[in-house]
Amino acid sequence: MARKLNMRIWRGDSVDGALQDVQVEANEGEVVLDVIHRVQATQMGDLAVRWNCKAGKCGSCSMEINGKPRLACMTQVASYGEEETITVTPLRAFPVIKDLVTDVSFNYKKAMEIPAYAPPSDLKPGEARMQQVDVERSQEFRKCIECFLCQDTCHVIRDHEENKKSFAGPRFFIRIAELDMHPLDTLRNRKQTAQEEHGLGMCNITKCCTEVCPEHIRITDNAIIPMKERVVDVKYDPVRWLGSKIRKREGIV
Amino acid sequence: MSGVFSPSRAKIAVRTLRTDRWWLQPAITVAVLVSFIIYATIRAFEAKFYFAEPLISPFYSPCLTSACPTNGSLLGQPFGTIAIFGMVISPALFILIFPLGFRMTCYYYRKAYYRSFWQSPPACAVAEPHKTYTGETRAPLILQNGHRWFFFAGLIFNVLLSIDAVLAFRNAEGQWGHMSIGTLVLLTNATLLWLYSASCHTCRHTIGGRLKHFSQHPLRYKLWTWVSVLNHKHPTFAWISLFGVALTDVYVRAVSSGSISNLYFF
Repeated sequence: MARKLNMRIWRGDSVDGALQDVQVEANEGEVVLDVIHRVQATQMGDLAVRWNCKAGKCGSCSMEINGKPRLACMTQVASYGEEETITVTPLRAFPVIKDLVTDVSFNYKKAMEIPAYAPPSDLKPGEARMQQVDVERSQEFRKCIECFLCQDTCHVIRDHEENKKSFAGPRFFIRIAELDMHPLDTLRNRKQTAQEEHGLGMCNITKCCTEVCPEHIRITDNAIIPMKERVVDVKYDPVRWLGSKIRKREGIV
Repeated sequence: MSGVFSPSRAKIAVRTLRTDRWWLQPAITVAVLVSFIIYATIRAFEAKFYFAEPLISPFYSPCLTSACPTNGSLLGQPFGTIAIFGMVISPALFILIFPLGFRMTCYYYRKAYYRSFWQSPPACAVAEPHKTYTGETRAPLILQNGHRWFFFAGLIFNVLLSIDAVLAFRNAEGQWGHMSIGTLVLLTNATLLWLYSASCHTCRHTIGGRLKHFSQHPLRYKLWTWVSVLNHKHPTFAWISLFGVALTDVYVRAVSSGSISNLYFF
């Protein structure tokens, strides 16, 4: 059954902007992205919104709905009360371009700073063989759709613009963890660089990244904390350090 | 102007647009932890009513100074009397350092108190009040990387408290083969502490998480999968084991002070 929905949509650009009230029809089963499209079609023809798959798989329609980072295409209108006003804003951790569209290029720059997968040099195409138990940890992190909601909610950069130069963010900590746990990756200093170059030590594990992940990746428990423990192995644990010197190995086999 | 109020970000005047009661969880966390700290401090300085044969409070075990009753520990009283400026120091003050360190550096409690006490951040997508932030990269917070040492110390305490629970299968005269409500209380406390330790992230890492090839270590992989299951419940174990310690102390104090008698089943 259709109903009238009260919305507040942020309109503006990098110079100025404000929340604008709008009333729009919402039908049963619709998601927030549906009603934003209806607003765009009927009342705000120049409303900028980024979207693509409408299936929670492309990560394009990331925005903040009633203050929470969410995918608009996966947020049911019915999950809000009949009388509740739905407030929609762009991601607040990134520079705004127009209306609900932000500049997320920060994330692509950070992605380029992560050293790529480094298989053994003598491994020829088609020769890679791995046990399932050895790759399943990394496979969880491959579910990431790069919606950057975790990056948006992370207070290290959301609340401190100056940290952006030295902090990669949770999306890239799962990338580092994925590679460090990969059975065929040979790069030995991922743990050190995670701490020294990508800012793993800045994370204070408050788990907001995990809370907002639409793919339900356990970012903190399965990637960030294991990486923090691996960093302790190589940087802050004298017993493990000594063991690695005596046994002539990194300590991780 | 930094953070969500930076010039390039969307111009929104408020620190959050969340409409739910995001402040409730940090408020409850502060209330519970402050209550526990006050209670533990009072009990640590009280230095009495912690032993009622065969029960001993977890705040005072192992009781190794001459301030303890002679039958209060299997390990005797190797530390003698410890006093500063003539004041005898409560044995609890030395003991509590280790469980306190374990919980202070625990990955779950860090989340809890960073959010609730330090407001960094108070809740997800709620702007924090601090102008600068360096996380756990500098002293003193870089010491959080020592969590594993407190984890190992915590295991020793778990063993000692488990022995206390076994010793509680005696009666007040020291005869074996008896069981009381106090026995159940000490057993429950030790079990909860083992669950808290076994579900710890450092335990998960030590037991198998640091491995790159699980396939070469099938036993450690199996143990890792079990610990991973427990790890999902780590926050729950963190809270109920904290309550467990406090309630065990409450019970032992009540018995020791004569407020109640320790009911024996057999």
